[in-house]
Amino acid sequence: MPQDVTSRLTGDYYTAQFGPRLSEEGDTLVLNIGPQHPATHGVLRIVVELDGEYIRRAEPVLGYIHRMHEKMGEVKTYVQYLPNMGRVDYLHALAWNWAYVGAVEKLAGITVPPRAEYIRAITCELNRINSHLLWWGAYLLDLGAFTPIVYAFADRERIMDILQLATGSRLTYCYFRFGGVSADLSDEFVRRTRGFIADFRKRLPMYRGLVTDNMILRGRCEEIGMLSPEMARRYGATGPVLRGTGVAYDVRRAEPYSVYDRLDFEVPTGKNGDAMDRYEVRMEEMSQCLRIIEQALDALPAGAHLTPDLPERFTPPKGEVYFAVEGARGKIGVYLLSDGGPKPYRVKLRAPGFSNLSLFAELARGTLLADAVSILGSLDLVIPEIDR
Amino acid sequence: MIAELTALLSHPLWRMIAALAAVMAFLAVNGLVLLYAERKVAGFIQRRPGPYEVGPHGLLQPFADAGKLISKQLVTPMGADRLLFWLAPLLSLAPVVVCFLPIPFSPVLTGMDINLGLLLILAFSGLNTLALCLAGWGSNNKYSLLGAARAVAQSVAYEIPLLLAVLAVAFQVGSLDLSAIAAPQTKGLLSWNVFVQPLAFVIFFISAVAETNRAPFDLPEAESELTAGFHTEYSGMGFGIFFLAEYSYMVVVCSVATALFLGGWDGPVFPGPWWFLGKVFALVFALMWFRWTFPRVRFDQLLNVCWKWMIPLGLANLAATAFLVKWVH
Repeated sequence: MPQDVTSRLTGDYYTAQFGPRLSEEGDTLVLNIGPQHPATHGVLRIVVELDGEYIRRAEPVLGYIHRMHEKMGEVKTYVQYLPNMGRVDYLHALAWNWAYVGAVEKLAGITVPPRAEYIRAITCELNRINSHLLWWGAYLLDLGAFTPIVYAFADRERIMDILQLATGSRLTYCYFRFGGVSADLSDEFVRRTRGFIADFRKRLPMYRGLVTDNMILRGRCEEIGMLSPEMARRYGATGPVLRGTGVAYDVRRAEPYSVYDRLDFEVPTGKNGDAMDRYEVRMEEMSQCLRIIEQALDALPAGAHLTPDLPERFTPPKGEVYFAVEGARGKIGVYLLSDGGPKPYRVKLRAPGFSNLSLFAELARGTLLADAVSILGSLDLVIPEIDR
Repeated sequence: MIAELTALLSHPLWRMIAALAAVMAFLAVNGLVLLYAERKVAGFIQRRPGPYEVGPHGLLQPFADAGKLISKQLVTPMGADRLLFWLAPLLSLAPVVVCFLPIPFSPVLTGMDINLGLLLILAFSGLNTLALCLAGWGSNNKYSLLGAARAVAQSVAYEIPLLLAVLAVAFQVGSLDLSAIAAPQTKGLLSWNVFVQPLAFVIFFISAVAETNRAPFDLPEAESELTAGFHTEYSGMGFGIFFLAEYSYMVVVCSVATALFLGGWDGPVFPGPWWFLGKVFALVFALMWFRWTFPRVRFDQLLNVCWKWMIPLGLANLAATAFLVKWVH
């Protein structure tokens, strides 16, 4: 006989999974949020124990969209595994492309032509803006503002059109190759990207005026989910979540890869580590992305976009390698262990969202349910990346 | 024929029955119109055309929506209290019909001319809270329960500033009859109470948004937190009636605001009822505008605004009004 939903959240089943109830009298309410819930953005489940509307305990439950990406890496050849990367984190697919491709290049010692390096930076940063825009819209949706996401999608549409010109796809890109990128940038790409940069520079102040400076939004974000640098470090948080606490750690600056050491951009940081700081960091990052893209377009050298002499059957030498890039959500790392065969012996993907989510249980304790939704949104979680 | 009809309608009982029938017809049409209007307004604010497929410019969309809602199966969730669960939507809609009776669409076009009209509206609209409470309790759903708890706390808190704002106007005019309150405001734009009692108008309108559970105060149905709050478990017309009630209450509060503050039927060229309806729907548009542009406030912030700002300001305004009225006399 199937257990009904109520008994699964009380009684022995609950105790076995989450430990004893916090209140002996049973006056707390166990609420199951997700896996289908508007605030969890995908298939995350959070079991919260509420005292009134105050959260006594919040336990994220993962794995609803586990697709065995790491195991798939062991049964596919290096090239065959490439399309998987666009699907680990569908919002910043090119960063995952880059992390994997970079790891293989490091392992096999493949050189990348300078033009390809710039193309990678341009497309990856465009993709980062795209990801931040979606986060922006979705976060405001969490806070009950319905309109910004439509504006964000209008901008996203332009970026996706531009990226489609180069990559051929709109969301789950598979554009980077070992030793370059699959297709060269066209003149139209350059023209439309410059047009987008000019327009988007005008849109950002508009968003600030319409949304960021709104009193209600500030009330919902300021001093909510205060994260200390120490706690962020303890959980291994990276990306805007870490930078919001004031730690200027950005992989593009800390361990420069590709052409980022030749580009001039700032790493925005916050002060208090609250949701507003994470918000501001991401908004500022979007304008920094525009700077990066502009410089890269100016400096874009002529030449090949792909190393020509890549072998058909590709077998990198024995060894292990770790390569990290800065994704929209933080440090994306790919660890490869090669036994010299055509397939990796082991692939380990470091998803920044996983560390950022693990903060949530501690951060949400003692907050209101509405604040927990705000905190969850401000962490910018992409569940497929967390579950892998 | 018309003379006979007028004679018949002059009897208060017949007049009330005719008015109730008219109000119910008005509510149904109003629901359809506002459903379409809200979707179009949302569309234009979000730079999209809104409903466009069903009929010319999507004009038949509300009929399609209503048809869908009516034809859907009514599901009673497991473990729900059947009686309370299905009583709640009816209890939500029924009082709103009575609320329309004392509203003066024009000096003549008033359902029921009683001198306690304002009190009647406030009393019957208060029943809505009970309906939300029953819906949340009867659903056997935790989200609904939380939504109901929010609805009760919010409605109870905001009823106080609402009353304070209304009382200030009542003090000034010395009557609780909406027609009597609207009548002195027909001496041109500057005689409107919104210029005499601007603070009361602001307090009234903010409280009205909270009372009707509209964004940014839509906490009882905050979808990103409570999925759909108190109406999570309602399907088909169960949800439809709540929806209709929400839109009807919007019109009630906007009508009261028009009668109290915006000069009622006052206006040039066109006949009074058109002016009245025009003002009502302008306010309804403002409510829609709020919903599609503001984020949602948090629960404690909502109550803080009420207890720390609206009630003290409302009391001060009331005291000042009382003092001035006494002093002038």
